[in-house]
Amino acid sequence: MTADPNTNLTYDERYVAELERAVERIWEIAQRFGLDPYPTNFELVPATIMYEFGSYGLPGRFSHWSRGKAYYRMKTEYDYGLSKIYELVVNTNPSYAFLMEQNDLLQNKVVVAHVLGHTDFFKHNAYFKHTSGNMIDKVSVNADRIRKYEFDHGQAAVERFLDAVLAIEEHIDPNFRIKPESATPQQDNEPKKHADSPYDDLWSLAERAARKRDEDIQAWMRTRRRRFPAQPQKDLLLFLAQYAPNLEEWQRDILMIVREEMQYFVPQMQTKVANEGWASYWHARTMRELDLSDGEFAAFAQMHSGVLAPQRMRVNPYHLGYHILQDIERRWDNPTEEERVKLGREPGKGREKLFAVRETESDVSLLRNYLTKELVEELDLYLYRKEEDEWVIVEKNWEKVRDGLVASMTNFGYPYITVVDADFNGNTELVLHHQHEGQDLDLSYAQKTLEYVQYIWSRPVHLETILEEQAVRLSYNGEKHSRVALDKGKSKGE
Amino acid sequence: MHRTSTISQHDWSLHRKGQTDQERHKQKIREAIKKNLADIVSEESIILSDGKKIVKVPIRSLEEYRFRFDPGRQQHAGQGNGDSQVGDILATDPRPGRGKRGQAGEEPGVDYYEAEVTLDELAAMIFEDLGLPFLEEKKMAEMETETVRFTDVRKVGPLANLDKKRTILENLKRNAAKGDPSFHDLKNDDLRFKVWEPTVRYQSNAVVIAMMDVSGSMGEFEKYIARSFYFWMVRFLRTKYNNVKIVFISHHTEAKEVTEEEFFTHGESGGTQVSSAYELALRLIKERYNPDDWNIYPFHFSDGDNLPWDNERCVGLVRKLMEICNIFGYGEIREGHYRSQSTLMSAFAKIEDEKFIAVTISDKAEVYPALRRFFATRDAVPTLP
Repeated sequence: MTADPNTNLTYDERYVAELERAVERIWEIAQRFGLDPYPTNFELVPATIMYEFGSYGLPGRFSHWSRGKAYYRMKTEYDYGLSKIYELVVNTNPSYAFLMEQNDLLQNKVVVAHVLGHTDFFKHNAYFKHTSGNMIDKVSVNADRIRKYEFDHGQAAVERFLDAVLAIEEHIDPNFRIKPESATPQQDNEPKKHADSPYDDLWSLAERAARKRDEDIQAWMRTRRRRFPAQPQKDLLLFLAQYAPNLEEWQRDILMIVREEMQYFVPQMQTKVANEGWASYWHARTMRELDLSDGEFAAFAQMHSGVLAPQRMRVNPYHLGYHILQDIERRWDNPTEEERVKLGREPGKGREKLFAVRETESDVSLLRNYLTKELVEELDLYLYRKEEDEWVIVEKNWEKVRDGLVASMTNFGYPYITVVDADFNGNTELVLHHQHEGQDLDLSYAQKTLEYVQYIWSRPVHLETILEEQAVRLSYNGEKHSRVALDKGKSKGE
Repeated sequence: MHRTSTISQHDWSLHRKGQTDQERHKQKIREAIKKNLADIVSEESIILSDGKKIVKVPIRSLEEYRFRFDPGRQQHAGQGNGDSQVGDILATDPRPGRGKRGQAGEEPGVDYYEAEVTLDELAAMIFEDLGLPFLEEKKMAEMETETVRFTDVRKVGPLANLDKKRTILENLKRNAAKGDPSFHDLKNDDLRFKVWEPTVRYQSNAVVIAMMDVSGSMGEFEKYIARSFYFWMVRFLRTKYNNVKIVFISHHTEAKEVTEEEFFTHGESGGTQVSSAYELALRLIKERYNPDDWNIYPFHFSDGDNLPWDNERCVGLVRKLMEICNIFGYGEIREGHYRSQSTLMSAFAKIEDEKFIAVTISDKAEVYPALRRFFATRDAVPTLP
């Protein structure tokens, strides 16, 4: 962001002037629609820079070979015309949006309209409430620190540690601002007094059962050594930074850097469908307001349908989000007789409802609340899986499809893993627990990742999970892997 | 200009972060390939790549591992055109070659990252510290020939050296930037010229005499090993000589010169008489490859099950061959349990000449060490520039 603006620009100045006029016009239209985006700086960049920002997520982020790999892949796909990034927005205040120089004026107009949808979403959606407004500065400070560590401790050592940390970077707690419940049983769980009724004896049965359970738990707690952490910890990166026994300061710092940057990305991972749907909804509305020639409108329609094209092997978030939002608008504009009478829904409230949705929903809640039977069928959504060496459609029942989609977005698509014990065997061994919700882990990947965790923890590490309906504990002690079956009756880690 | 939005442009021409990290990734690929050369040398997709310049090399260790769900057992969501049905097949995975289907998932650590490298890059790594032992000055080698190598492309030059392809590309690029990607309106600025450097190459010739036992006892595996070996051998010699020829001799009790195709695919039945091949090799050298002009590299693959009374004769012929050849190689391919020495190998054990190299290969991964032994640089032996 610091390059000299006086350098020779080869770019057509007329193009920039025209784009400036368009931005002004689009901004007015957006405001008329009721959008309220962050102030947004647009920057025209060459394709190589666009793909670099795309692969790093943010400009100025620290170096790592995996980013170089992503960069190479994205750029190659672009060079061969297989895929194209139109835009990249950075959620800061003011926001930064990068437009590709190589795109023509009309394409960049669409992108500007789309971007204002995003920056409005960033400003108003609840999940973005706590993201840092100056992330670009932060990542570049972080990158400087990591560079310094490379200088002090050697590039190889830093890279090796980063390899390990990045392997578990998704395992932070997105709800870190919600205060944890206290470890002692809550007093307000006490059964409430009930009015007299002929069924009083049922309540006393329930109370007796509850009392018995409490006593059992107390007895169990007494016989048990004290476990650390007392509650399972979802934030692996934080836990390792705080408690890994043999780390140096710079290593703890790297853990915290990766965690901080991940916290910035998590809301975007949680709202991909909603955010892209919102931006697509508004770019479509905005472009209709511009005075486009027939040719321009055809070009726009082509670009729009390209971006929103449905795909057989994955669900296109632009497409899904756009159609869910349109459907919400329709249903709240023209409620059915039943909705009017039973839910008291007034007609003509479509827009208003949309603005409420953009404030409160994440992808998971958007799909749970608004992906209806009719939509699943209309969009022809399905679930498929691998059978032998063929990928086959296995489910079209709308509830199962919706639940499958929701499951794939839960914990932004990653297995839910917690730290349950940091002193297993009384030997400072770390136990991770995979909250199994019907899907097995990829075993060889899990073992390789466990090696990375072991590298950070420096003592033996274990992962409890379920493989083919058998509870197992995978272990790695720094030299070899082992695996034991766990008796389901016993409690974890015993 | 609206107060709440701006458009800016900066000069990014010195920005290299993506490229720098991409270089690091490439470097890691190269390191990983080097660690796995033994497996890669006999990698089927490369040996059978038939002149493809870019090959896919499977390597471990560059995958970005994570805790993830098993993609093969997971349900995924997708979207149809409106008429999808339960049971529709969306895609079919390519079946892994050579009938080992179904086993892959069982073994831990079979996840490969496929790196794309050019065959030349790969060859450079494999041959890095290999040399040509016992190189002899040949008459023809003393003739320096001046050749030109096109090394650079510039915007000015004699029209005779116009690089037409690049010129057209430049024109297209310039027109495309203006929105009309077609070839027209050629300007001086589009022109590209090849620039050359004169280089001196030593005229030198080498011939590989590839001999292989095709008797009944030689199976698929043996042929594949021989094929991998010759693939790299020829490739290596080509980096050292201007002109590398290869003749194929297959034999059972009789030897004959065959085409490459026949050499690697045809099998015969019956017994083995190795001396027949060596005799034919000697005759071919006499007829076509005068040792004064040619560097000769005979190499023979067999399973060693030779007719016992023929072994002594073979030793004598090998001695004769070594007088006129740079080196003589014998590779015995013994798969599985038959790892004890064959009678032929025992007979060869008598030969005490450092030009004679015998190796036993019982696994694909042993091709690379065999190559290294064969072309190991010995001290005090000069190599060609």
